[in-house]
Amino acid sequence: MKILVCVSKTPDTTSKIAFKDGNTKFDEAGVQWIINPYDEWYSLVRAIELKEKDAATVIHLVTVGGADTEPVIRKALALGGDEAIRVNAEGGDSFFIASQIAEIAKQGGYDLILAGKETIDFNGASIGGMVAELLDVPYVALATKFELNGTTAVVTREIEGGEEVAEVALPVVVSCQKGVAEQRIPNMRGIMAARTKPLKVVEPVGADNLTQVVSYELPPAKAGVKLVAADNVDELVRLLHEEAKVI
Amino acid sequence: MSVLILIDHADGHVKKASLEALTYGAAVAKQLGVPAAGLLLGTVTEDVAALGQYGISTVYQVANETFNTLDAQVYAKAITAAVGTTGATVVIFSHNQTGKAVAPRVSAALKAGLVAGAVALPDTASGFVVKKAVFSGKAFANVSVTSAIKVISVNPNSFKVEAVGGTAEVKALDVTPVAARVKVTAVNKVSGEVPLTEADIVVSAGRGLKGPENWGIVEDLAHVLHAALACSRPVADSHWRPHHEHVGQTGFQVAPNLYIAIGISGAIQHLAGVNRSKVMVVINKDPEAPFFKAADYGIVGDAFEVVPKLTAAIKQLKG
Ligand SMILES: Cc1cc2nc3c(=O)[nH]c(=O)nc-3n(C[C@H](O)[C@H](O)[C@H](O)COP(=O)(O)OP(=O)(O)OC[C@H]3O[C@@H](n4cnc5c(N)ncnc54)[C@H](O)[C@@H]3O)c2cc1C
Repeated sequence: MKILVCVSKTPDTTSKIAFKDGNTKFDEAGVQWIINPYDEWYSLVRAIELKEKDAATVIHLVTVGGADTEPVIRKALALGGDEAIRVNAEGGDSFFIASQIAEIAKQGGYDLILAGKETIDFNGASIGGMVAELLDVPYVALATKFELNGTTAVVTREIEGGEEVAEVALPVVVSCQKGVAEQRIPNMRGIMAARTKPLKVVEPVGADNLTQVVSYELPPAKAGVKLVAADNVDELVRLLHEEAKVI
Repeated sequence: MSVLILIDHADGHVKKASLEALTYGAAVAKQLGVPAAGLLLGTVTEDVAALGQYGISTVYQVANETFNTLDAQVYAKAITAAVGTTGATVVIFSHNQTGKAVAPRVSAALKAGLVAGAVALPDTASGFVVKKAVFSGKAFANVSVTSAIKVISVNPNSFKVEAVGGTAEVKALDVTPVAARVKVTAVNKVSGEVPLTEADIVVSAGRGLKGPENWGIVEDLAHVLHAALACSRPVADSHWRPHHEHVGQTGFQVAPNLYIAIGISGAIQHLAGVNRSKVMVVINKDPEAPFFKAADYGIVGDAFEVVPKLTAAIKQLKG
């Protein structure tokens, strides 16, 4: 079993979100970078669990980014995985990034490709589906559980108001979210081992960008909270009914 | 040139999120001066022609039951074919479970740029620029789509469904589905609950509730409001509530008309998933809780006293 885990770096969840150059660029000053939580907590940990059950499993991590993504990749390798591949390209839209990952996937001949359900910065939720399309393999999005039964993936996925169980023969691309695995903390041995794990750098293949961010904006500031006394809930109901008109 | 909107359905019914997508798509078509059509893959029990009331002139239907189960690959092949035969230049989805699975595939197949999670109509004054939520609701990005065909998935609850009247012409589309490889073996719907991402009102509770045995007061409030239930991350992590209720930066992002937060401190990661709600109400016994900085209305008080009173007052209002 060969598994490819897609890993992206994102700003830490407590980062101040600000923009520069006339609101055209994310201001990275002072930002701490982390592994996208969906990639780390769910896809990667689930892949590691599968390897713990079957030692013959090989896990590769792939990321598309500049040299500055390497600390984040090493952190991912400290959790587990055999080697990492960095496609040396900065920027690029979802289609460009998915094209790079699809290329790595084609060369590596993976049985299973795991992605997070989305990144917490761009919230595109697109990479897994695009990679699947470029490889012409099935895609199961928004998994909340993932099991292997021989060469069949048994995936529980989110649907409106519930879940359903989908079975699909490998190879398949699956996007993971809460439920698939539980967050782990890397231990000292893992951190030491990660230093010597291979981190290959490959150059990108030619691919188009189909979209481009032209500017960013912050949501309008809130007017401030209107407080109602705890013994006067009728007033809150009146405000919600007459002023806000939401009930 | 035309706008094609996927009509997503489950259990024989068109989803509310799709009606929003139809409303959005009809508005895009009007803006571009081109026709809008719906694409229905599979079968529904409702009157398909009546979907014309949301502003579309035609519904193309592939009435094959294979499509009643979601296999993103099968869907994407059929949609790609339909885009070809109808000459669509803008393809619209809801950014719901189906849209998240299918829109990226269609985008890659057609080499058509995708804006996932749009919150506004495109700006077509010069080019084609669509605003979407980024940083899990902490900001917005204006994304220019530079390809000839454009794919947009619309964030649920960002567009109000508008019925303008009229009926659509229903045309059968001849598309043979490719063999499905995804087989659904079990469906488990939480019956009697309002699905979180479709809800107009969300009642959410956090660690302030002390334990799962205390959720009765939260459920009662949700019940009188016909609201969906949600919770903070530690509540789901401690298995007080199911995972599908976890909202925030690493859970569901929701944007209801009304979000009521009970015993939730308002950590930045929690707010990131809920701050696009139109109106936010916080009930917390700590006046310093950060949620008061983000909310529109607030009560400083003990949830165990305030929430039952609130439920009673709303019951009275609703008669
Ligand atoms: C990478 C990362 C991602 C995260 N993602 C998310 C996410 O997606 N969603 C999320 O929710 N969190 C997320 N968190 C966790 C977040 O930082 C907070 O820890 C969490 O939201 C706190 O949950 P809470 O408000 O329920 O609990 P607490 O912070 O413990 O707050 C409980 C609140 O209840 C109030 N209270 C207590 N008793 C009463 C009472 N009787 N009546 C009224 N009020 C009462 C208290 O005053 C307090 O404000 C994330 C954290 C990290 C590091």
